[in-house]
Amino acid sequence: MTETSPQKPIPVTVLTGYLGAGKTTLLNRILSENHGRKYAVIVNEFGEIGIDNDLIVESDEEIYEMNNGCVCCTVRGDLIRVVEGLMRRPGRFDAIIVETTGLADPVPVAQTFFMDDDVRAKTELDAVVALVDAKHLPLRLKDSREAEDQIAFADVVLLNKTDLVTPEELERIEATVRVINPSARIYRTQRSEIDLAKVLDQGAFNLEKALENDPHFLDQDDHEHDHTCGPDCGHDHHHHHHDHDHHDHDHDHDHDHHHHHDAPSPIHDVTVQSISLRGGEMNPDRFFPWIQKITQTDGPNILRLKGIIAFAGDAERYVVQGVHMIIEGDHQRAWKEGEKRESRLVFIGRDLDREKLERTFKACEAQPN
Amino acid sequence: MPTVAPLDLEGHVVGVAFLKGVPFFAEATGAIHRLDLGHKTTEVHEGLLSLVVDDANDTLLTGGEDGKVMRTAADGTTSLVTEAPRKWIAQVATGPQGSVAYAYGKTTHVRLAEGTTKEFTEERTVEGLAFAPKGLRIAAARYNGVSLHWVGTSGQPIDLEWKGAHTGVTFSPDGRFLVTTMQENALHGWKLDAKPGAEARHMRMTGYPAKVKSVSWSAKGKWLASSGAPAAIVWPFQGKDGPMGKAPLELGTRADIMVTSVCCHPAEDIVAIGYQDGMILGARFADSKEVLLRRPGKGAITAMAWNKDGRQLVFGSAEGDCGVVDIAG
Repeated sequence: MTETSPQKPIPVTVLTGYLGAGKTTLLNRILSENHGRKYAVIVNEFGEIGIDNDLIVESDEEIYEMNNGCVCCTVRGDLIRVVEGLMRRPGRFDAIIVETTGLADPVPVAQTFFMDDDVRAKTELDAVVALVDAKHLPLRLKDSREAEDQIAFADVVLLNKTDLVTPEELERIEATVRVINPSARIYRTQRSEIDLAKVLDQGAFNLEKALENDPHFLDQDDHEHDHTCGPDCGHDHHHHHHDHDHHDHDHDHDHDHHHHHDAPSPIHDVTVQSISLRGGEMNPDRFFPWIQKITQTDGPNILRLKGIIAFAGDAERYVVQGVHMIIEGDHQRAWKEGEKRESRLVFIGRDLDREKLERTFKACEAQPN
Repeated sequence: MPTVAPLDLEGHVVGVAFLKGVPFFAEATGAIHRLDLGHKTTEVHEGLLSLVVDDANDTLLTGGEDGKVMRTAADGTTSLVTEAPRKWIAQVATGPQGSVAYAYGKTTHVRLAEGTTKEFTEERTVEGLAFAPKGLRIAAARYNGVSLHWVGTSGQPIDLEWKGAHTGVTFSPDGRFLVTTMQENALHGWKLDAKPGAEARHMRMTGYPAKVKSVSWSAKGKWLASSGAPAAIVWPFQGKDGPMGKAPLELGTRADIMVTSVCCHPAEDIVAIGYQDGMILGARFADSKEVLLRRPGKGAITAMAWNKDGRQLVFGSAEGDCGVVDIAG
């Protein structure tokens, strides 16, 4: 026995999504399925739809700005309090689910699990799951930034209520979601019905597991467009570098694609962009100062970043991930025989300078001897 | 040599106390244990969140996950003070003239001895409560400061503003200072005896490597001891401006083991220091001399309390290994 027996961190799943998108339905599916696990559920308020669980805690969403002068360093004070209370009696549950309100910003929720030492010591953010109402997404994107943020920030997106839209509409909606977040796993669902193995135990923030099943990082030998846009998507990501002046960008970016859209593009109201960087082997003495600087200066605009880095002369893959200005990285595993030693990094955010990121990322490459 | 009488409980201990000389241990489960001619247990809450000792009548006031505020007497008998179904009562406080306060959400509820109640609502969640030592006045810690309310009158509250989240609040025993613990690794203080209309006097107490979760005023309020570092950080409050411009004492310094709980002796300038690994040291302010009160145990020390004559110290831990230290042995 050690003096303080460290407990295994409790996994936390965050459910986001607009009112009516199906969060409570999914929550009740998770709770009622016969998996033998016990959950503690944190909700904003006891809604009209009952939640069938022994341990439900109500908490008022409360944003704390940290007193360090960084506007994006926000955490959820209520979660700090409730998690601390719950963790005093850890035997009662195996995992925590946080159901946020429709208008919640997912970033402070996630950052709580990185920035608060006590919360971080005892829990582990497993994944952020966004529910999207397929029928109402275009309207949501038009009238709120939160809906877009929720998608952009998610690890798993359930495109729900697919029975309420036509197949063509669904294609467009999914393409829109892909544009906002090319690295999320997207599932089409009705009444939030999904194999829970696709929602729980994702390890999306776990550096050892992260990126292993990430669609953005799979099929790494494929050509560029497949893994940035997905098979259904006709929009490449290049339209973003001229979209800073609102809606005057046209959609001629489709022209160089073989497949086409005859309906109007659904992405008028998308302000989030994703930038995928690809390079060769990196020089750590250049890469680390660079990523530090980028996250310092552009942190407020970066919702998430993920990457696999090949360092010259290093037998192991290095993985990084970040939320705004918080960044963490570690060696993950040895490069496999025949695996292409390349470095890839994806930024999801707003007002990011693609050209600068591409150029400065390239400059971190190790010079061939 | 100090001796330890251990008591092994199962889980996290939220608070400890002596009531009429009997040591009490309150577990997060809601069970309250006492060592009164043997180990006795009373189930008080479905989940216990908060605890204060009501010195006026030697009882415990506790708040729970069950929405109840309960009073427990030295003989273990309990009574319901009030109930707010489904709310977590994370804050309780006791005040002069038999008054009590509790908070959930954004509202503080004060209940006077004769039964009337008052409510004070903040813009943000109430995270800490304390009654002033004199006069019916209550402080509610919240995001960006503290609200001070006169309970008896309907006057405007005094807002003590300081940016950031304030998670706990305490008055100095003489009522001249108000100090908060913060979400960031710092304490913040206000001097309350400034002339009316004078500019607010702030005290920033920073430099901690971790959040400060435990503070304790020394006898007569000359010092304020605090956790949050690998030593007890003890700020001087003798002068009229408190610790402004002064360095704190650092007592019981250990290489990399954090102090998790502090408790000043009721008469001497001595502090009991509880650590992350369960060790407890006693340290004297005057010469920093240390004495081992308890060897490391299973869990971090979460709570300590001295008995009235200062010869015994009751302690609880995060893993349930508790006990009573007899200083004289």
